[in-house]
This record gives sequence, C-alpha cells and structure tokens, in this order.
Amino acid sequence: MANAIVEIQDLSFGYKGRLLHKGINMTFPKGKVVAIMGGSGSGKTTLLRLIGGQLKPTKGRVNVCGEVVHEQDREGIYRLRRKMGMLFQHGALFTDLSVYENVAFPMREHTNLPESMIRDLVLMKLNAVGLRGAHALMPTELSGGMARRVALARAIALDPSIIMYDEPFAGLDPISMAVICDLIRSLNDALGATSIIVTHDVEETFQFADYVYFVADGVVAAEGTPDELRQSELPFVHQFVHGEKDGPVPFHYAAPEYHASLLRGAR
Amino acid sequence: MVLHKIKRLLTKLGAGCVNKIWRLGAGGRLFWLTLLSSGESFRRFRLTIREVYFTGVLSLIIILVSAFFVGMVLALQGYHTLQKYGSSEAIGVLVALALVRELGPVVTALLFAGRAGTAITAEIGLMKATEQLSAMEMMAVSPIARVIAPRFWAGVIAMPVLATLFSMVGILGGYLVAVPLIGVDEGAFWSQMQANVDWEYDILNGVLKSVVFGVACTMIALFEGYDAPPTAEGVSRATTRTVVTSSLAVLGLDFILTSFMIAM
Ligand SMILES: Nc1ncnc2c1ncn2[C@@H]1O[C@H](COP(=O)(O)OP(=O)(O)O)[C@@H](O)[C@H]1O
Ligand SMILES: [Mg+2]
Repeated sequence: MANAIVEIQDLSFGYKGRLLHKGINMTFPKGKVVAIMGGSGSGKTTLLRLIGGQLKPTKGRVNVCGEVVHEQDREGIYRLRRKMGMLFQHGALFTDLSVYENVAFPMREHTNLPESMIRDLVLMKLNAVGLRGAHALMPTELSGGMARRVALARAIALDPSIIMYDEPFAGLDPISMAVICDLIRSLNDALGATSIIVTHDVEETFQFADYVYFVADGVVAAEGTPDELRQSELPFVHQFVHGEKDGPVPFHYAAPEYHASLLRGAR
Repeated sequence: MVLHKIKRLLTKLGAGCVNKIWRLGAGGRLFWLTLLSSGESFRRFRLTIREVYFTGVLSLIIILVSAFFVGMVLALQGYHTLQKYGSSEAIGVLVALALVRELGPVVTALLFAGRAGTAITAEIGLMKATEQLSAMEMMAVSPIARVIAPRFWAGVIAMPVLATLFSMVGILGGYLVAVPLIGVDEGAFWSQMQANVDWEYDILNGVLKSVVFGVACTMIALFEGYDAPPTAEGVSRATTRTVVTSSLAVLGLDFILTSFMIAM
C-alpha cells in the first residue's frame, strides 16, 4: 500500500531460539485504526516492541515511515520513536512524578518550550482525556482507568503520528472501557494519526477498528474489516469471536501426551 | 557414585564462577555506559541534586547517630588502653585518626549500602518491573542517562560528605566522653589532635577512600536494580545482594586502598 505508515514484512522473531512469530505480514495505513488480536502469549506485546525497535527481528523487517527499524543506529531509532506514542499495558506511569509531570516529561526531554507553554499543552492533553482536574495527583492515587488515561495523555504529548496501545481495555470496568474506546477513535482522528491496538477484547475492538488482524501460532490467521470477520467461516476466527473454550486453539499448552507422561512419571 | 557427585559439584562451581564473571562484565558495561551518558546529569544538575537529597539526606540521621556512638565507644576503649601507658591525653589523636582514616569512610559506606543502596536497588528494580524504564525508552529517552547516571553521581557526591560528617560527629562523641566525662585535659585533647592529624596523609586519603566507596556502593546498587528479574521476588533478592556485595566490596577495597596509602 502506498500510504502505509507502518509495514511488517515477513517478520520472524523468537526468544531463546523458540520462534514466536513465523513470517508475519501486516500493513497499517495512515489515518486508520488497526487492531491486532490474538490469545494471551501469542506475541502481541512483542510485536509492538519490534515496531518500536526494542527488539531485533530474526528475519524480515519492520518499516516505519519508509525506514527499516532494525537497520537504524541508536540515533535513528530514537528519531523514529519520537513519532510514536505507546500506551503500555499497565500504564507504566512514572511513580515518582505527579500526573502533571508525567505528561510534561516527553516535552521537557525533547523540546525547549518555556514553562508557560508546557503548562498549557499539559493541561490541554489532560483535558482531552478528561483528567485536567487530576493534574496534581500522584499515580498511586489514581484508579486503573484513570491511570490508563493519564498514560494516554502522556503518549500523545508530542502529537505522535503513530499511537500504539497494548491491551488498553485489560482490567477496566465497562464505563472506563467505553471511555477509552471513544478516546482511541477520537484522538486518532483529531491528530490525524495511525493507531495500532493490541487486544483480545473482540466486542469493543470491532466497534471502532477499521481493520483487524488475527494472530495465531505465529502467523496472521485471518484479517479483514470487523464486518468481514463477523461473517467469517474460518474455525479459528469463529472460536475467537464467539469465545469458545476449545477449538483450533487448544485448551492445553503443548505437552507430551498425558497418558504417556503418567506412565513415565515425567515432570 | 562419588565421582559423579564431585563432577556435579565442579559443574555447579564452574557455572557459579562463569555467572559471577558474567555479572562483573555486565556491571562494568553499565558503569561505562553510565560514564558515557553522564553529560545530562551535569547539564541538568537539578536531576542530580534531587537524588543527592534522596540518597544523602535520607541516610543522614542513621549515619549521624551511629557516628556519635562510634566516637563515644572509641574514646572509652582508647582511654582504657592509653591510661595504662600514662598517655591518656593522646586520646584525641586516637579518636580522630581512627575515624578519619578508617571508621568514617568504612562505616559510612556500610550504612549507606544498607539505607540508600537498598532503596536505590528497589526503586530501579520496581521501575523496571512496572515497565517504566521500557516506557522511557519508547519515548526516546535513555534510562541510563535519565535515571541511572543522576543517581550514580548523587551517590558519589553524597558519600564523602556523609563520611566527613561521620568523622566530625564521631570526634564530638569522643570529646564528650573523654573531656567532660572522664576528665582528660581539654587543651591536650585538641592540641594533640591538631598536631598529629595530617591534612594530606590522613584527611585527603580518607576522603579518597569514601569517594571510591561511593562509586562502588552506588554502582552495585544501580546494577542490581537494573539487572533484577522484573518480579517481586527478583527485586527482593536483588536488594539483599546489594547489601552483601556492597559490604564485601567496601571491606575488600578498604584493604587494597589502605595498603597502597601506607606504602606511599
Ligand atoms: N523477555 C522475554 N524473554 C523470554 N520470553 C519472553 C520475553 N517476553 C515475552 N516472552 C514470551 O513470549 C511470549 C509472548 O509474549 P507477549 O508478546 O508478551 O504475548 P502477549 O502480549 O500476546 O500476551 C510469551 O510466551 C512469553 O513468555
Ligand atoms: Mg501482552
């Protein structure tokens, strides 16, 4: 695709020799909200780290804004990261800084803006996530949903062109979940950014995503718009979308045959 | 059977050694990277000052109280021995030299490892476990420059200051026991001390020791935190290791430094 801002090409990656991704291809067009779905442990977080250049692919590559991430030196990777905002699974707010200072952090590190300008920008970002009133609190004084929103404000502090979300709904109550859903879509459109959302919450994601990739066994098992996937007859997609316990994704972690290991007394 | 056991023991020993050497290398690498990325901790000196506050001021009370008691005990023990030789006025020199040359730097470093070192390890380890360091990296900010280096320099600055305060308060404690309590002549106490404590040979060497201990203790604490497995158990083990490793390093380095200083 010509206007792809992030492209994953034939990507393979594994920790300690055991391959986690086996030839993944994905495209993230500018301005879209794209979701990556898959079970826990399917390597979704790892995929975001590969895009951010924190890990090097074993094979294949990730292009960000037309540049190959793993071929960059430190300077180059930092330059690319300045275009990205990432929301970590548990927020990863700096616990020794207030909410205000957390959001101001990227601005203080990367710009020479005067204090008055930083103040305006921070309050604007906090306002966008509905937490301007909480600017003086410390991260430990926030609820899970609030912490996630502050982390989001921090992730968009420098108006990134790529926003990555790692399981933004995990552990949230339904109201906070709806708030985050709305924010993801509205921030994406307001900033003209591209959003990559890693999640396993089907219902929420299908409401606002433009395109969805399913990852299973290290490959893209299915892809399409939410409507296409809802109609899909693929057994895996059916199992995932309808939350069935057993199916192509087995209930058991890969293990030697049960009967045989009992006989052998294996651990 | 026995051979098998010996073989297993040797394997374990070898693996342990390799692991220790590997960690030494990793620690050295972190030290080097910290030095390379230290520019920012001086350009934005406020970052470092903040850490000096946390590491230094927080260990101040325990260090001052300990110093006071150490000084008093030194005076008691010193007097007890010196009076047998009829030279109890030398008590001032004894207290001052023991503190400035040895006890000040060493005890300060041991207390520092227990108070500030563990706090540093736990803080860095938790920052890692809660992905704060990762988040920083994703924001294109180097955690070594922003988190590690300021804490390192803060420790290196705080240690000699704390050791100096330790010696001063220790001498005060010694004075209170020797002069008002025991009745040693006040003039002799101070004048003997002044005459026999050498600026370069005693005081500067003491300060040099505490600078070296500052580098070692702070770096060990930072490395253990930075290297800790990102779990609650990993951080708690790392904290224990900080105390053990720092204490051994301080005592070992003290021997090496002392032998060089006496030889020169
Ligand atoms: N630093 C690491 N070292 C070794 N294995 C890891 C590491 N991080 C994750 N893994 C393993 O990789 C797999 C995928 O992890 P992750 O990308 O976090 O999955 P997801 O986010 O989809 O739940 C898991 O089985 C996990 O145990
Ligand atoms: Mg994950």
